[in-house]
Formats: sequence, structure tokens, C-alpha cells
Amino acid sequence: MVEKGNKLNARSLNIWFGTIYALKKITIDILENEILSIIGPANSGKSTFLRALNRLNDLNSDFHFEGNIFLDGKDIYRDISIGELRKKIGMVFALPVPLPLSVFENIAYGPRRHGIQDQGRLSEIVERTLTAAYLWDEVKDRLHTSAIKLSGGQQQRLCLARTLAVEPDIILYDEPCSSLDPISTAKIEEAMLRFKHKYTQILVTNNTKQAARVSDRTAFFLMGELVELDLTENMFTCPARKETNDYLSGRFG
Amino acid sequence: MKHFKEFLIEKVIWFCGVTSIVIVVLIFIFLLKEGLSLFKHVNLVDFLFGRKWYPISDPPHFGIFPLVLGSLTVTLGATVIAVPLGIASAIYIAEIASPRIKEILKSGIEMIAAIPSVVIGFIGMTTLVPFIKHYLNLPTGLTAFSGALMLAFMAMPTIVSIAEDAITAVPHKYKEAALALGATRWQAIWRVVLRAASSGIVAAIMLGIGRVIGETMAVMMVTGNAAHIPESLFEPVRTMTATIAAEMGETVQHSEHYFALFAIGIVLFIITFIINLIADLSIHRHRE
Repeated sequence: MVEKGNKLNARSLNIWFGTIYALKKITIDILENEILSIIGPANSGKSTFLRALNRLNDLNSDFHFEGNIFLDGKDIYRDISIGELRKKIGMVFALPVPLPLSVFENIAYGPRRHGIQDQGRLSEIVERTLTAAYLWDEVKDRLHTSAIKLSGGQQQRLCLARTLAVEPDIILYDEPCSSLDPISTAKIEEAMLRFKHKYTQILVTNNTKQAARVSDRTAFFLMGELVELDLTENMFTCPARKETNDYLSGRFG
Repeated sequence: MKHFKEFLIEKVIWFCGVTSIVIVVLIFIFLLKEGLSLFKHVNLVDFLFGRKWYPISDPPHFGIFPLVLGSLTVTLGATVIAVPLGIASAIYIAEIASPRIKEILKSGIEMIAAIPSVVIGFIGMTTLVPFIKHYLNLPTGLTAFSGALMLAFMAMPTIVSIAEDAITAVPHKYKEAALALGATRWQAIWRVVLRAASSGIVAAIMLGIGRVIGETMAVMMVTGNAAHIPESLFEPVRTMTATIAAEMGETVQHSEHYFALFAIGIVLFIITFIINLIADLSIHRHRE
């Protein structure tokens, strides 16, 4: 892979929830415009790592951490406000979480929060992002019905569109397809690949095949530690570590 | 043997359920029978819109318009005070307070709910009424405003605890999703959490209002009980409930006056029924 600019850097990141030591000394450089997959069994700290990047862990009252995370060289706890950080780093959750609003308002929610009130511009954003998320054709006639009435796969693409509407640099996916059927999964993956030129994407997934299909590099987490990080093709053909091999070949996890 | 036990338990539960329904129906029939008898003597329009309530003068006047207005004034006043305060404290308890403060406040609010209404009336009479008379420079402190304040105090626990439950029941993921889009904490609460909890909050408000409009004792003690049409909040009023409570003991059974009090009961019943119905529909919509 060609050298690209560093986008996000985690430096000796340690995270605790109360007495539980959830992430141990994680150091990762995430490159601009790559898709990085994070795989690993349950409780390996994948989601915790992802949620550290946009500071969602902060909601947890017994959360504390050591180490640093840099976005474009700026410390996300010291140099950037939390609002600005979350504008730059969007997130798609495991279960689709349409807000209890209409389809249109779901997408407009983010832009409105960031000061866009003009109806014309909002309409343009809604159409553009829904198209990018392969959802426009299915919902263009019912933009003002409740988003909760959409199917699961549509809801997840709506959430993706909603994330795009904020115009982030980075998109985090927390097991985005775990509740979806294969066709919806394919649509999400297709969208991810198409976004490559524009966004840096980090995908946490339980589906190792999905990691193999979409990502440039893959990181393997186990019990809060980063075991191995390599180009996806290397990782899946000849993993360097025994644990990775065991996991990928289905011996545990 | 086991079958018999099952059978017995089932029948006992069935009996309990049916009994409560039968009792409600019987009360309703009795109320209707006694109340409707009034309309042999008085016509409905005179009853609802008559401006004079002189039940023992000769000839008697049974116009409940001042009483309805009295109830509405006090209820409206209490609602205006209790709803914003109640919802705001529910938001605070559910979303902002630390777990320790949350526990203290929740039990505090339940304590308020446990104060008997006569005690609230008594406290109002001895503290609030002289205070209002003195500081607002009124001829009497027994006013609709005093009643509204005391009733707001009584409606608060209902509103706070039900609204707090509704807000807490909003899945945490909604808030996370809004925050991940860059919304501030307040934006997430206002536009997403409250929106999702809205039907529960409406139900809380309605049940609070229901509590206020049916309340008798406290309101009788602090509103002055003058059956005239109030021109402002700072005049004595008489509510429908207070009228029934105050006069029922002194009427001759099966007199027109007695029937008229039952007819007031029907009016109250209808109002409360509508309010509860709205609350119910709202909760139902929430579940769907």
C-alpha cells in the first residue's frame, strides 16, 4: 500500500470501566482514506476502541483512560471540542437507531445542529446522502413518514445517510450489519467501498468474511489487546500470530 | 388435585376482576339515577349555564356555571404552575442528576405524594393564605390562586414520577445516536429524548390534571368557597368538588338539592373520564 497521510493516531491508549481493564496499551495509526477492520471475539475491546474515538465512552460514569488520541495531529481531549470531534467522526451503530422523527428530519437532524436551517439546502443534503446510501429510490415518496416504519435494512442505510449528512472525515461502523439480511449487508458494503475516496472508515465486525471483503487493513483484538495489525490480504492468508490464526480458522470466538 | 387448584385460583382471580368492574358499574348507575332525577325539575341548560347557585333559597337556583368556572380556574392555574415545573424536574431527575441526587429526589417526590390532602390544605390555610393576603394586599387570602398553588403542589408528584419514567424508558441508544451526530446534551434531550417520551409525558400531565380536578379537601380549605363567577385569580371561588363535599351532609335525601349534587357528580365524572381517556390513548399510542 502506498504511504498515505496519518488521520487518526491512538497512542498507548488504556481504558478502564471501574475496575475492568478494557483496553490495554493500544497504539494504532489509521491512515487517510483507508478502511480498517477491527475483528476479534466478544469483549475484546473492539467497540470500546471505536467509542473512544468519538468520546462516546465519556457517557459512562465509571470510564477513565490514559494515553492520547490524535485527529489530524490534534489531541481529541485537549485541542478539539466534543461537538467538533463528533462532527468530524460519524458513527453507524450495530442496531439501526432511527431517531423518533420523520425520514427527512432524521437526516436533517445533524446539519440543523451544525447551523444549517435553510430548507432548500437541507432538501439537497437529504437527497444527496440518501442517494449515496442507496436508499433514495426506496424512500423518496415517503420522506415525511416516521423513520421507524422503515425495514431494518432501510433503517440502517438511513443511519448511514444521516451520518454522511454531517459531512464527517471519518466514519465509524460498530458491527453495522449484525442485524441485517445479506442483501442489505451487500448494499452497506457497496456504499463503504464507494466512499473510499472521500472518507476514512473504521469497521468493527464479528464477520471476518466481511472484514476480508471490504477492508484494506485488519486489526485483531483479543482481551483488550491489539494482537496483530496487517494488510487484510496478509492477515487472512498468513497471520503472523498463533492467536490470530486460531481465531480466523474458527478455533474460538 | 392440581387441576382443582388451578381451577380454584383461576376462578378467584376472575371473581376479583369481575367484582371491581361490577362495583364501578353499580356506582355509575347509582350516580346516573340520582343525578338525572334533577332534570325532572330543572332543565339541562339552566343547570349547566345558570349563573346562580342558591340551592336553599326559595325558589332555589341550581346553576353550576360558577362552580364549573371555579374548578376550571383552579385547575388551569395549578396546571400552568405544575406542568412546567414537573416536566423540568422530571428531565433533571432522569437525564442530568447524578445517581445519588436522583435517588434522594425520587424518594423526596414520593414523600410529597404521601402527604394527605387535608394536611396540605391545613398547611396552605395557616401559611400560604395569610402570606397571600398580606403580600398581595387582598381582602382575603382564600383565593383561586391559593388553591391553584396548593393543587400544583399536589399534582407535581404524579407528573414528575410518570414523566420521569417515560423519559428514563427512552432507549439510551437514541441519545447516543444524537450525540454521535454532534448534538449537544441539551439538543439531544430536547429534540430526541423528549420527542420519544412525548406520549408518556402527555399521559403524566393528564393524570396530574385528573388529580387536581378531583381534589376536594385541600381546595375546600383554601379557596374561600364563594359560589360566584370569578373575575380574576385573586378572588375566592368554589369548585364542584368542594360544593358536593360541603353540602351533601345538609341536604334532605331525594330533594332537588340532593339530586343537583349528584348531577354535579356526573359532570365531574364526565370531565375526569375525558381526561383519563386522553391519558390512556396517549399511553397506548406510546406502546405501539
